[in-house]
Amino acid sequence: MAQDITLFITDREGKTHQVVAPTDMNMNLMEVVRAYELAPEGTIGVCGGMAMCASCQSYVESDHLLPVQSADELAMLAEAFHVKENSRLGCQLFITPDLHGLKVTLAPES
Amino acid sequence: MIESDIMIIGAGPTGLFTVFEAGLLKLKCHLIDALPQPGGQCSEIYPKKPIYDIPAYPEILAGDLTEKLMEQIAPFSPGFTLGERAETLEKQEDGTFIVTTDQGTQHRAPIVAIAGGLGSFEPRKPPIDNLVQYEGKGVAYFIKNPEQYRNKHVVIAGGGDSALDWSIFLSEVAASVTLVHRRNEFRGALDSVEKVQELKNQGKIRLITPGEVVGLEGEGALSAVRVQAEQGLITLDCDAFIPLFGLAPKLGPIAHWGLEIEKNAIKVDNSLDYQTNIPGVYAIGDVNTYPGKLKLILCGFHEATLMCQSAYKRIYPERRYVMKYTTVGGVEGFDGTKKEAPKAVIKSID
Repeated sequence: MAQDITLFITDREGKTHQVVAPTDMNMNLMEVVRAYELAPEGTIGVCGGMAMCASCQSYVESDHLLPVQSADELAMLAEAFHVKENSRLGCQLFITPDLHGLKVTLAPES
Repeated sequence: MIESDIMIIGAGPTGLFTVFEAGLLKLKCHLIDALPQPGGQCSEIYPKKPIYDIPAYPEILAGDLTEKLMEQIAPFSPGFTLGERAETLEKQEDGTFIVTTDQGTQHRAPIVAIAGGLGSFEPRKPPIDNLVQYEGKGVAYFIKNPEQYRNKHVVIAGGGDSALDWSIFLSEVAASVTLVHRRNEFRGALDSVEKVQELKNQGKIRLITPGEVVGLEGEGALSAVRVQAEQGLITLDCDAFIPLFGLAPKLGPIAHWGLEIEKNAIKVDNSLDYQTNIPGVYAIGDVNTYPGKLKLILCGFHEATLMCQSAYKRIYPERRYVMKYTTVGGVEGFDGTKKEAPKAVIKSID
């Protein structure tokens, strides 16, 4: 079985959750948040993961080397609110062994 | 008063397919949707995205799926109230329901099918402190009547098609148009991007990129916006500010109809017929929840089918009926059309 990794996700109320995520299911960070119900349904992953709504915006707080942002992600972040230097769309961060120990905080709902 | 057998709230794929299943049972449908066109998320958010899990369609664009559904339900002549949000649900003494929209249009039916997806689409509002204070006094999220901007100084914010298209349109009407976007790249139809470039070169549109509207000013009505631009904070005198950051679904008024809500969705009886805690009111598609729920278009189709059979029994409790295959019974439209399998030719052998 492929390796599982550990992630630290701080929800919108400020509580940090240590969760385990599989690396062989083509999952992304937004889906991990939903799988553990760390944000209410309907407030995250609204577009389903197409980089078209920014409801999964997350601030990356560890210094992991992340995949380069696609044109779609950059365009969506340019129209999102509460954007910071370390903003990423959770749906575009795929769970790979490289992300073991990743620390993120969910951006406010907008 | 608009009357039908089933009043469907939400004209996304599930709502549209409900018309077909109801039509086979000779039940007439009317759909209400806050968007100006049918298709729900498929037409509003991702019309050009392919869907791969519609049975028998290895790949179909969301926009094409909407068109196919419209074609499939056309024989059942559905009615539409588009661009209006269902606001209230009232049960009448005779057991029927009246749904009234935000524009006062009234609809009556014995059955209500809520196929509202994630809710009705509402504009995404930028987090500017005093934005709400200027709503209707210079700030608008939709452009209903472009004429109201004639000879006005307009600031538009956003980087998608609507920001581009309205900048182009208003450049002919308004005294001035300023388009503010956080970066130089726009994601819109190439034609629109090129047109804005051309209008900018001609001095008909002022472009501030990268820039962001961060504050609003004005005694009573809006008189200026503050823009964080590359050269620092600048103040732009203007009469109107139109932030166009797309739409996001919100459950909205449905949440106050006395329905049992869980996880931002309506609880239904999935062991039977997707009826809610209000008898006669059903919830199907992404808007409902039950153990094991999956928000998939194909699940919405299934739920719509079972729901229509139950609705028929509610409307005609005394009638016995069994589901009929379309290959056997064909499709008899309310518009007089009839589709049916050709009859087999039997020939004798001498």
